[in-house]
Amino acid sequence: MAIGFIIVGVLLLVVTIAAANIYIERRLLSLWQDRRGPNRAGPFGFLQVPADMIKIFLKEDWIPPFADKAVFVLAPTIVMLSILFSFALVPFAPGFQVVDSNIALLFFLANSSLAVYSIVLSGWASNNKYAMIGAMRGTAQMISYEVFMGLSLMGVVMISGGTFSLREIVEAQRGMWNVVPQFVGFCIFMIAAVAESHRAPFDLPESEGELVAGFHTEYSGIKFGMFFVGEYLGITLISAMIVTLFFGGWLGPAFLPPFFWFMLKTFAFIAFIILLRAALPRPRYDQFLGVGWKILLPLTLLNVLITAGILLARG
Amino acid sequence: MLSILRSIWITFTHAFRKRETRDYPEKAPFLPARYRARIILTRDPEGKERCVACNLCAVACPTDCISLQATEDETGRRYPEFFRINFSRCIFCGYCEDACPTNAIQLTPDFEMAEYYRKNLVYEKENLLISGPGKYHDYNFYKNAGIEIGGKKKGEGLNEEPPIDVRDLMN
Repeated sequence: MAIGFIIVGVLLLVVTIAAANIYIERRLLSLWQDRRGPNRAGPFGFLQVPADMIKIFLKEDWIPPFADKAVFVLAPTIVMLSILFSFALVPFAPGFQVVDSNIALLFFLANSSLAVYSIVLSGWASNNKYAMIGAMRGTAQMISYEVFMGLSLMGVVMISGGTFSLREIVEAQRGMWNVVPQFVGFCIFMIAAVAESHRAPFDLPESEGELVAGFHTEYSGIKFGMFFVGEYLGITLISAMIVTLFFGGWLGPAFLPPFFWFMLKTFAFIAFIILLRAALPRPRYDQFLGVGWKILLPLTLLNVLITAGILLARG
Repeated sequence: MLSILRSIWITFTHAFRKRETRDYPEKAPFLPARYRARIILTRDPEGKERCVACNLCAVACPTDCISLQATEDETGRRYPEFFRINFSRCIFCGYCEDACPTNAIQLTPDFEMAEYYRKNLVYEKENLLISGPGKYHDYNFYKNAGIEIGGKKKGEGLNEEPPIDVRDLMN
């Protein structure tokens, strides 16, 4: 019974945050670009989100006649599903967590890789060369960055006493947040996580300047909306994971409840990811993959090696 | 690497700068007195229409948005029977004002003329005529022109001598 409440609570929470992110992103981007952003609908433009949702629900949902219809319809659901699965493992507060699994971290990594199927299948099913190029980029990006995204977390696992459970990783940070001993791991995970969620500046599968809209060129209406919300869910998920793994999760001074601390830190990282989009241009595709394999992967291995060496030397 | 962090920081500091966006409906923008927008037809100081329906504005108009029909009253004074400006085509270039020999047609700094129906943007003479003389307070075309109309004989205008009968000159 209680677990049912938690499941519904987490689901409502993350979907609401994802929807609110649409508004937050537009306001923050305009803040950093000397604009005002949406401020017309309702007080401070809060009603912009319902307005956008009504619009996207009522739009014509067109499937191109040359598309592979079954796959075309299926593709946008995968990104939503795989990210919502990962939220089952996020410890929002003590007791406010759907599943406390001993392989939680691996499950998160596996699911974040599954999300790329959404891009590949949508690009393939669209039967459109721009969508296909976007899908190819998405795949290559996922393969390159998935490798050291997992490896960069091994340092965290080692200093947390070899556990994959997210709750135990948070508990292990009572003395000191993992970001201090694992700063290199944090930086690499941050880069890889932004790349995994295909956010600007690493939105190469989408890159509207070159590929129209990349993998979702042919999508419209609520199917496009699912890609859109999936992207915002992805930002929320990686922010929540960064907070859980490196910034002490719900831990914080006792004058505020643990859940509040978790949300505060998560929104700080959501804002930072939006700041990255406002500040940085998109790198060229080959440079992007080159940096991944030639710099970040060796750096990650070095980080794992040094962390292991220090732990061994301490006994 | 450092330049990336620097550009992130610079972008962040933009949060505290002045906004480029103008809050238009709440704060009216400053428009100079000679700003060119909604077209009006003015009257002379006596309160009569200045327009003499010479069609020069319609000829000068690059978008052909002005149409009018000339007619004459019983005193011989020309005026437009109808005068119509289609503001959905008007580009506010001001050529009509330049072309006008009687200072009748003038552009004003009022640009807020949005409509829900396109045909509402077609302004007739009663929509265009204002009660005053616009930018030129004292100008009265018929006082300056040598033409004879009812109530004013030749030679009675400003800066005008009475006409000379050339057949009297040799007497």
